[in-house]
Parts: sequence; C-alpha cells; structure tokens
Amino acid sequence: MRKERKSVRILWIGVCLFFLYFPLIIMAVFSFNDAKSLTHFSGFSFKWYGSLFENTQLLDAVLVSVSIAIIATIVSTILGTITAIALSKSKKIVRTSILQVNNLPIMNPEIVTAIALMLFFSFANIEKGYMTMLLAHIAFCTPYVITNVLPKVKQLDPHLADAAMDLGATPFQTLMKVIIPQIKPGILAGALFAFTMSFDDFIISYFVSGNGVENISIVVYNMTKRLNPSIYALSTIVLVVILFALLIGTFVPYILVKRKGVKMNEEVN
Amino acid sequence: MKQFRKLVTPYCLWLFLLTVVPMLLIVFYAFTEKGTAITTFSFTLENFTKFLDPIFVSVLFRSLKLGLLTTGVCFLVGYPIAYMIAKCKDTTQTILILLITIPTWINLLMRTYSWISILSNNGLLNKLFEAIGMNSVNMLYTDFAVIIGMVYNFLPFMILPIHASLTNMDKSLLEASQDLGASPIQTFFKITFRLSLSGVLTGITLVFLPSISAFVIPKMLGGGQYSLIGNFIEQQFITIGNWHFGSAVSLILAVFVIGLMALIFMAEKRTNNSVEEEEGGWLSNAKRKKVR
Repeated sequence: MRKERKSVRILWIGVCLFFLYFPLIIMAVFSFNDAKSLTHFSGFSFKWYGSLFENTQLLDAVLVSVSIAIIATIVSTILGTITAIALSKSKKIVRTSILQVNNLPIMNPEIVTAIALMLFFSFANIEKGYMTMLLAHIAFCTPYVITNVLPKVKQLDPHLADAAMDLGATPFQTLMKVIIPQIKPGILAGALFAFTMSFDDFIISYFVSGNGVENISIVVYNMTKRLNPSIYALSTIVLVVILFALLIGTFVPYILVKRKGVKMNEEVN
Repeated sequence: MKQFRKLVTPYCLWLFLLTVVPMLLIVFYAFTEKGTAITTFSFTLENFTKFLDPIFVSVLFRSLKLGLLTTGVCFLVGYPIAYMIAKCKDTTQTILILLITIPTWINLLMRTYSWISILSNNGLLNKLFEAIGMNSVNMLYTDFAVIIGMVYNFLPFMILPIHASLTNMDKSLLEASQDLGASPIQTFFKITFRLSLSGVLTGITLVFLPSISAFVIPKMLGGGQYSLIGNFIEQQFITIGNWHFGSAVSLILAVFVIGLMALIFMAEKRTNNSVEEEEGGWLSNAKRKKVR
C-alpha cells in the first residue's frame, strides 16, 4: 500500500516535470538539427548557431535586451532601495498612499500598463525608441524592488542607525555602512527580480518601443509566422546561461560557507 | 532617522509622472472622442456603450471561459503535485521546487515558440499519433493549443504558493485529527485543504489574472484572428487606431482585475484569520512566493 502510493507520487511528479521540460528539450535538440525541419532530426550540426551569429537583427536585439536589463536593474535597485529606506521612516499616511500607488503597476494587467505608458510617451511627445523602453522598464521594475526591500528595512533595529549617528557618522555614512549591509539580501532579491522581469518582458516593450529598436522578445514575436531554428539556438544559449547562473548562485554560497566553516574550525583547533 | 524622509521625494515625482499620469490618460481617452476643429477632444460615454456590441461580448466571454478553464486545469494538476512534493524529504523538496521554478526564468515567448512545432499539423505530436496508428488531429490555432500554452506557462505559479502554504502547516493538527478518529480523507478535506486555502487563492490569482489578460500566448498558439480581450486591445491601438475605445476596454479590464484582486485579498484574510503585518504587504507576499 505504502509503496504503491510512493510510485504514484513519483509518476505524477515525473509527468509534470516532463510536461514542463519537454518543450525546452525539444528546443535544445532541434537547435543542433542539420535541416530546417523542427520535427525530423536529420543530423547533427552547428549550422543554426552559425546563422545566429550572422543575423544582425537578432544580435542587435540581444544587445538591446541585455543593456536595458542591466541599466534598468541598476537604476531601479538604487531608486527602490532609497525609497524603501525613506518609506520606513515616513509617516504612516505617506507610506500607505505611496505603497498603494506603487502597487498599481504590479496589480494592473501588463497590457494596461503598456497602453498607459504608450499614451504617456505620445502625449509627452517623446519619440519612441531605446529611451522610452528604458524608462518604461525602470517604471515597472522599481515597484518590485520596493516590495522586496521594504520588509527587510522594517525588520531593522532602528537603534543601530541612531547609534551610528550618535557616534558621529554622517547620514550618508550611516546609510552605506550600517543600513545597506543589513538589508543586502532584500536588495539582491529585488535586483534579481528586476533583471529577470526586464529581460523577459515583451508586452510593455512591444508597445513603447519603435524606430527599429527591438529586444529579443519582439524579434521572437515577429518570427512566429515563419519558424526559424536560429531562435532555438538563441533560446538554448539563454537556457544554458540561466542554468549556469543558477548553479553558481545555488552552490557557490554553499561552498563558501563550508570553507569558512572549515577555516573557523581550524582556527579554533 | 528623520533625515532619510526627504529621500522619498524623487520616487514620488517618478510615480506621479510614470504611473499616475499614464493611468489618468487612459481614463481621459476612455471618456472622450475625437472632437471638432475647435476642441480636439469632446466628452462622451459612447466608448462604453459599445461594450454591448455582440462582437465585444463574445470576446469578453471567450477570455473569461479560457481563463477559467486554464485556472481549473492548473488547480487540478497543480494541487496534487504541490501536495506530493510537500510529502517528500526536505532536500528532495528543495530540488523539485527549483526544477519547477527554472522554466519560469526562461523567456515566455521562447518557451511558447517550441509549442508551435510540437502542436502543428505535421508536428511532433501528430507524428507520434501517426506512429501509433491514429489520425492526425488539428491542434495548433485552436482553443486547446491556447489552453495548453497557458497551463504550461502558468502552472508553476499555482504549484509554488500551494506548496508554500502546505509546508507552513502545523503537522500536529493532522496527528490530532487522526487521533480523534478522522479518516485520511476527512483529515484531508477538513484540515489540510482548509489550511492550504490561502495558497490556493494566491495560486488562483497568479494564474487567472494573467490568463484573462494574456495576449502573446493566444496570438502565437491561437493564430492571427484569434481574439481575446488582450488581443482586442492591441488591435484597437495598433491595427485600427481607435485609441479611445481601446482605452475604455483597458480601463474596464484594469478595474475588473484590481477589483477581483481586492476581493480575493479579503477572502484570503478571512481564511487566514491572521492580521496582515503591513499595509500593502499582501501583494508583495504573493509576488515573493512567485519568485521563489
């Protein structure tokens, strides 16, 4: 009876994981296909990777996606962290009302945010392009940074900052040396969230960009009508990079902690 | 510590410019139409009366139907998985949760793109059907394809919050229930399921809301003329160019979604019976669950 249940469990979870990974595996396998077909594997080749690096449209899009994600992450992380620290100190009514407005881009369906920003840029007569895409990305990433950082700031002991300032630290020193080191995990989580949100975004970028500025999602979207294995190659590269980053992110801290622990033990001995 | 209060100003300005003003513009466009030569815009309610148009009603109905179906399938598949993962050993749980999270890190369009080749008429699934002697089925550009695509993309967002609420549960309650003579099935429905309700509600929110406003998945897997409310809005803005009607539809969608979220939030508070720690914090909780 017990064993039977366990096998049912393994089967069910296995089927679910298969469902989640099957398309990714297909994508990776057929990116090495010799022919253009996405159903029949005729031989191994790096052909599509080669054509990927000759495709300037795709390469430009990768550049746009990466640069926007990096700049938007940096700006929104700084802006969001400063705001979260300030919010934790401000009056309740200010905090509540700002958080309510801050929640708007998170709660709104993405397409509504996209339309709203598009209307704004055309109203303000800002020409659609790289700048508008960047501004829009900062606008939808910052709220997530704030929701990640604020709980950490609230857990802080307020006396620590007071103590630092009593001991002669300037407010800026207090911020950099006392407050920020303590809320680092929240900031990192927020930054990571912002980066993935920005890198994966399609709808908002689609509505606010123009003049030939395209990110990866927009290029993929425009290619859906004619299947192109180069997209598979690109997706496989992205998949490998993400897996690699995840592995490093999961195991490096673990190894570091272990080494530190060993060192400390040695010192004690 | 009051020194830091001033730092809120830049973001206030930013929020006003890039969140409040754009939303007000939607409201403005929704209630106006192209005016005469003298005034460029004139007030009208006509954009809202257009909703009674049968074409629009069918679009709305279809979006709701697909949203409900997607949420239903995600719940029926996701709940048992979350439950089974919660029964595993701790390390196995961490690995399985990581495995379920990884696909959500990959670009939604790329993941959906490979479904096109799986579902198409001479695609992999149909090849498989032929191999076992079945007739090929037309799957791509149907409701079925759209639902598969949405379930595929949103399933992790159902599993993760349910799993979180199941692992946070006080295990001694289960023992107590069994000691008092409840059958396993009774224990499940009266204890486990009730205590996981907040996770279920979060999961439903995270699946239902993106699926009714979805726009890319129906377009990629549903074909060009496929119209859900998201595609309808895009059409109004990009193809037809009627920004006023498009804004009215967006406004209705936003009000509907935010209203629904508020309702779910209240229901969640009731089932939780716990006092929320901070104002505006409930949503961040949901989203934090999403990222893990």
